[in-house]
Amino acid sequence: MADFVQTLETALAVGSLYALIALGYTMVYGILKFINFAHGDVVVLGAWISYTVAQWCLKRLAPADGPPLWLGPVVLACAMTVCGVLGFLIERLAYKPLRRAPRLNVLITAIGVSLLLQNVGQLDAVFGSSPVSMPALLPNPALVRMSFGGPGSSEVVIGLVDATIFVTAGLLMLALETIVYRTRLGAAMRAVSFNAETAALMGINANRIISFTFVTGSVLAAAAGFLYAMKYPGLNQPAHTIWVLLGLKAFVSAVIGGIGNVRGALLGGFVIAFVEQFGAFYISSNYRDVYVFALLIIILLIRPTGILGTPYREKV
Amino acid sequence: MPLLEIHDLHVAYGAIKALRGVSLNVAEGEIVTLIGANGAGKTTTLRAISALARPSQGRILYGGESIVGRPAHQVARAGLVHVPEGRGIFLNLTVEENLELGGYGRRDGGIEQERDRVYALFPRVKERLRQVAGTLSGGEQQMLAIGRALLARPRLLLLDEPSLGLAPRVVQTIFQVIREINQAGTTILLIEQNARMALQVAHRAYVLEVGQIIMEGAAADLAASDDVRKAYLGVHG
Ligand SMILES: Nc1ncnc2c1ncn2[C@@H]1O[C@H](COP(=O)(O)OP(=O)(O)O)[C@@H](O)[C@H]1O
Ligand SMILES: [Mg+2]
Repeated sequence: MADFVQTLETALAVGSLYALIALGYTMVYGILKFINFAHGDVVVLGAWISYTVAQWCLKRLAPADGPPLWLGPVVLACAMTVCGVLGFLIERLAYKPLRRAPRLNVLITAIGVSLLLQNVGQLDAVFGSSPVSMPALLPNPALVRMSFGGPGSSEVVIGLVDATIFVTAGLLMLALETIVYRTRLGAAMRAVSFNAETAALMGINANRIISFTFVTGSVLAAAAGFLYAMKYPGLNQPAHTIWVLLGLKAFVSAVIGGIGNVRGALLGGFVIAFVEQFGAFYISSNYRDVYVFALLIIILLIRPTGILGTPYREKV
Repeated sequence: MPLLEIHDLHVAYGAIKALRGVSLNVAEGEIVTLIGANGAGKTTTLRAISALARPSQGRILYGGESIVGRPAHQVARAGLVHVPEGRGIFLNLTVEENLELGGYGRRDGGIEQERDRVYALFPRVKERLRQVAGTLSGGEQQMLAIGRALLARPRLLLLDEPSLGLAPRVVQTIFQVIREINQAGTTILLIEQNARMALQVAHRAYVLEVGQIIMEGAAADLAASDDVRKAYLGVHG
């Protein structure tokens, strides 16, 4: 029982990271109909900026009794800002000139941007090509202890770090869900996603909406990178396969949830994390990636539009 | 000075010349209809006006100013509101969200007045505000499309075949509403294949044939002319 609950807790934490990243893939696809392969690299940048800023601040402050509590939010804000600006620039410089080009051209450009970010990240003048260790920004006392069975039996612990991940990711998802489904701007985003030409007839400036989408997706990716670095402080170098897999799993989350659908991305993130974590624990952890991609294949076979995806047909 | 003036408009899709020198004008307060067979270039004309299609030649003046080359969202914000062929409803949004987007480009606030007017014109739309627009019937979608355009407070309303595919009773309602909107002060450029209805409601008319205007005049005169009666009103002999 304790094992089950512990696995559940991990799946929720990992799932909220996948979901945060999947949102960026799905929003961009929803509007521009291409997979922004560089999105996963924005997550990596978020993690590495978090590390860089945290390290710099701690060196300057050299606090005697651990990092001050405000440091975490400051690091997060820096990562979000840098990634938000980068997301804006990527769209403006790489994708906007291709607005009328075939989608394949844009897709190939996205792969190019991804490779560029990975390789620039590895430069010594940037992040370098060796792994680093993210300093702890928070103490990690147990907030919740659940014991199952009598004394001395196994127990489940939820620490402050995981709780921070839940709360931060939850708030960001709530904020995004509110923007997309409860504001005029969100309605305009969904309108552009349905038909950009008709949206222009409403006076909607699609370029603005597209920029906003990229900035928002990148800000969420930065938050995911930050939270990932908090949970797994051993940061691999920017081009490491582990990052590629993280981006890929988030992308799969968006696809199985129904690409283009914001609620689908959230759902998909958790579904993928559950399958991965429970498969790893109860079957074998050697095949954790296999479960994810097997699920992708199964879902695509029985429901090609994903769990929440709906194909629309115009009534004439 | 007419509200809308088009001079020698040419639009091509690759090698296909859809418009070959169209000139027309619409004065403030009028209903002008552009009729013509399928493929004549009616939709292309409207798309060029609202900047969805790019003319290769010609001038489009709105309120005396050239609007060629302006982005579509700016043209819409200037009060030139286009209800596209097929209605252009966002089927993934609710009826209310669709309606509200009509007022998206407005910076003057105060869309309540138009909203109430739309509810009065189309009670069926008001009953279905919370529904996803994809669940509406064709007639309801057309009402929503026109209502949404009214929320933008158009100075010139461009309607592309509003009667297409609708039951005769619904067509009557739509044309009645077009008349009311015009009487309330909105200028209308109406495209129709249903020439009979269009000529009844319009003040003036143009006949488009393979990308060129072949006839123009008072709607009543055109409706009475033999050529139009044979070609577009299905009257033989
Ligand atoms: N997107 C397009 N690509 C190529 N040809 C087009 C396109 N849209 C319209 N056409 C052609 O342009 C001509 C005029 O079409 P259109 O303006 O839609 O006519 P109408 O609205 O009067 O039926 C037709 O010959 C049509 O086949
Ligand atoms: Mg047409």
